[in-house]
Amino acid sequence: MLDLINVSYDTQIPNNVGLSSDKKVLKALEKWHPGYINWWNDLIPQKFQESMVYLRTAVSVDPKGWAKFDYVKMPEYRWGVLLAPQVDGRTIPCGEHKGQPAWQEVPGEYRNLMKRLIVIQGDTEPGSVEQQRFLGLTAPSLYDMRNLFQVNVEEGRHLWAMVYLLQKYFGRDGREEADDMLRRSSGSEEAPRMLGAFNEETPDWLSFFMFTYFTDRDGKMQLESLAQSGFDPLSRTCRFMLTEEAHHMFVGETGVGRTIERTCQVMNENGITDPYDTNKIRDLGVIDLPTIQKKLNLHYTLSLDLFGQEVSTNAANAFNAGIKGRYQENRIDDDHMLTNDTYVVWDMVDGQAVQREVPALTAINMRLRDDYTRDAAGGVGRWNKIIAKAGIEFELKLPHESFNRKIGVFAGHNFDPDGKVVSGAEYDAGLPKWLPTHADGDFIQSLMKPVTEPGKYAGWINPPKVGIDNKPGDFEYVKLHMA
Amino acid sequence: MTKLIDFQTDPSKYRHWRVEYDGPVANLIMDVDENAGLFDGYQLKLNSYDLGVDIELADVVQRMRFEHPEVKVVVMKSGKEKVFCAGANIRMLGGAAHSHKVNFCKFTNETRNTFEAAEADSGQKYVAAVKGACAGGGYELALACNHIMLTDDSASSVALPEVPLLAVLPGTGGLTRVTDKRKVRRDRADIFCTIEEGVRGKRAQDWRLVDEVISNAKFDAAVEERAKEFAAASTKADVEKGIELTPLQREIGADGSVTYSLVEVAVDRDARTATITLHGPEEDAPADMAAFTEQGAQAYMLRLARELDDAFLHLRLNEMELGLLVLRTQGDPEKFLAHEALLLNNADHWLANEVLHYWKRILKRVDVTSRSMVALVEHGSCFAGILAELLFSVDRSYMMEDEFEGDNRPLATVTLSEANFGRMPMGNDLTRLETRFLGEPESVEKAKAAIGEALEAEDADELGLVTEILDDIDWEDEIRIFMEERASFSPDAMTGMEANLRFAGPETMETRIFGRLTAWQNWIFNRPNAVGAEGALQRYGTGVRGKYNMERV
Ligand SMILES: [Fe+2]
Ligand SMILES: [Fe+2]
Repeated sequence: MLDLINVSYDTQIPNNVGLSSDKKVLKALEKWHPGYINWWNDLIPQKFQESMVYLRTAVSVDPKGWAKFDYVKMPEYRWGVLLAPQVDGRTIPCGEHKGQPAWQEVPGEYRNLMKRLIVIQGDTEPGSVEQQRFLGLTAPSLYDMRNLFQVNVEEGRHLWAMVYLLQKYFGRDGREEADDMLRRSSGSEEAPRMLGAFNEETPDWLSFFMFTYFTDRDGKMQLESLAQSGFDPLSRTCRFMLTEEAHHMFVGETGVGRTIERTCQVMNENGITDPYDTNKIRDLGVIDLPTIQKKLNLHYTLSLDLFGQEVSTNAANAFNAGIKGRYQENRIDDDHMLTNDTYVVWDMVDGQAVQREVPALTAINMRLRDDYTRDAAGGVGRWNKIIAKAGIEFELKLPHESFNRKIGVFAGHNFDPDGKVVSGAEYDAGLPKWLPTHADGDFIQSLMKPVTEPGKYAGWINPPKVGIDNKPGDFEYVKLHMA
Repeated sequence: MTKLIDFQTDPSKYRHWRVEYDGPVANLIMDVDENAGLFDGYQLKLNSYDLGVDIELADVVQRMRFEHPEVKVVVMKSGKEKVFCAGANIRMLGGAAHSHKVNFCKFTNETRNTFEAAEADSGQKYVAAVKGACAGGGYELALACNHIMLTDDSASSVALPEVPLLAVLPGTGGLTRVTDKRKVRRDRADIFCTIEEGVRGKRAQDWRLVDEVISNAKFDAAVEERAKEFAAASTKADVEKGIELTPLQREIGADGSVTYSLVEVAVDRDARTATITLHGPEEDAPADMAAFTEQGAQAYMLRLARELDDAFLHLRLNEMELGLLVLRTQGDPEKFLAHEALLLNNADHWLANEVLHYWKRILKRVDVTSRSMVALVEHGSCFAGILAELLFSVDRSYMMEDEFEGDNRPLATVTLSEANFGRMPMGNDLTRLETRFLGEPESVEKAKAAIGEALEAEDADELGLVTEILDDIDWEDEIRIFMEERASFSPDAMTGMEANLRFAGPETMETRIFGRLTAWQNWIFNRPNAVGAEGALQRYGTGVRGKYNMERV
């Protein structure tokens, strides 16, 4: 176990922020760290805490240092505080302060707005670990188990990164917010996580893959916009987090891809050509493609809700203040102030979805969501290639953004996945075809049997093309602790 | 800044007032030099006044108390034929920036309050002897006197013509004093406040607008007689000789900084902040009041008061964009308390009494200063007694906790004294601690039990005497962020919010005067009906009436 009393912060917390000489942050971290370790210990089932996991640890931000692979017990993972290197002469990229030198300290007038953004981002990080806490028990392989834990420890590190910013730059309030990150917990009645999607269960591995593909991608987009922040420490923090986030989405995309690949393979081996021949397909122990589509529908739409209201003054304020930019702000060819620009957003008029132009400044959320949808479409295309290659007639697609929404202008209206307004009766009738049913859940759950032999995989999913860190197929990614 | 407004003056420089001393009676004669306005562009006709006239009046009132303690009755009269005072100069008001008007009104109100309270505080009773037109601010001068005599010459009247004539309100407590002090029936007050020509003769007395109406032939004699009677009835102790209020030592730097002997004002224009540092006494307290009187204006407690007072007035009128005032002290709190104790232990000595009342007035001036204010209780500071009172006057206070690296000054403390428990009431007649702890009166008792203890941060925090205590690690950042945030808010919203939050508890005539001035008069002063191109203030004197937007708001 980690010695909580004598933490050597320089060796145990890889950092490039001069932690050992930063009295202020050290004092705050000393108080926070034990709570974090407790949180972690209470969270993950004990036998995994004791297991040796082949993990990647970021020890520095240079290309050589950010991916060191070795066996480590998760509670001893070295969560680092790492910021992308400072860019000389960086300026605030957008809004009314555009062109002024980037802030190295929090400007007092934006303190609360900025703190709130960091708290919301920070709250999602431990949230997903909580949602995924029991998945280790049903991992389809040691390879997948390792990926799960990798994502988990990195989400833990992202929490660290946000906590560092709060403790370093936001004084007493920041410390209290950091404590509250450990007080809230996913799905709790008393103190739930701040955003809805992080209070939903992640009941099975297909959900996990969908989550890392769709919901971590929302995280990516939020990080991308915060990476554009005029507050330089926030920007640098988020830029480095993005390097890790890419792996989470890789886990999601390949996980769904390997599931699809296995389904198609088993269908072909058994001469099934109709993807809707559900019972027959399920009897063979793989997940039918329509069910995968339903899972996709659910996770995509939940993630769209994370972007908030289409028209938002908060988002406008944050952009105008230079606290949050747009996706790839520096590659956009405009004045970066949006003084007279407009942007097309959805609205509901007389029960119909219509598009209308609004001042672009107020449509920052909508724009980021559109960028997200484009980004998310890429992997769906690659999944369809797998299906096409197997010669099966089926195409996965992203549902229309009006479908199954709880936040924004579409909330409270009945849309089908094609974006057509339907009656209540039609909606009720359609739902079992559009979103996973409890029965679907039961079926998927029935497949969730752990496989812990190195190199072996559960029957519903294919092995990966290449191993992590180029390890061979039978590599023992997790040395399970046997009690 | 176009012209620096100086609040320091002395009788040798007066242009508008003169005082004739006659033993216990002083005649205060208003004789405004119409060509000596503070700014260009208007003439001070008919004994109308501007800020310059009022600065002199404030000086007269102050010197009356310190330099002429033998005076028991002050008779305010006009040096002009046919007019007592026509009020604030309309052309000046029409041409002045809104911010100047507001601060002008605030200062004139403070001066009215000061001479109104002089009777209770110092045994100096102000009497108005009104001959000729007494309108608007003129009548408000009279209203602040505690006895009004009006001649019955069938022409002289008292009036508040602001509403019908100018579409604004009387700005120095006129409406409030008519109903609250003179207790004029509200329907009569309604009539009175809507007729330009005002009320004369017997009716003025019947309606309690004045105390006496006297035939013109006997007026002067009656005034003289009344003054003598009041003087004879006064319980004010006889004092042979006052002290001289010598000129302040003051230097104004090119950057706007101001340096007095005990007070420094540092200015940071980018941050829109002025930092006011008060220094504790170097020397030991005078042995007794005789020694104090000997020191006169140089005595520490009086010198500090005068300098602080001037600094606040300077910042208010000359530095409108410095929205945040940071109050600091540096010095030995025990030594300060020794100086203060001399006054408190001899409060019945006339000069000790005057100095203590002066501090009371200054603290009230701080209370109504429409700037964000924060006190920093740093190591080496002397927030004790009266100076601790500043902590309860400002909007927030931050205190250093524990030792700071590389800082060998004595640890920050707050020490309460008797002065915090009754001697320095706010405008609402409560102490600042009673106001602070309105919902927890037991906290006042707890604080009282700690009188004389040098309270370090944790104890001060425990007793609720400071907003936040911050250690070495947090201090700099938290203070910086607070100041940046504060400076970024709308100054109007800050003014309104702070004025709302500062005066919890009961209303008094004083709080009503300031509150209504802030809320109503300042609103009206911003409306086109008063100040628009076709508004009444602009059209005044053109023969054309103001054109009003008739929508009720
Ligand atoms: Fe993350
Ligand atoms: Fe992630």
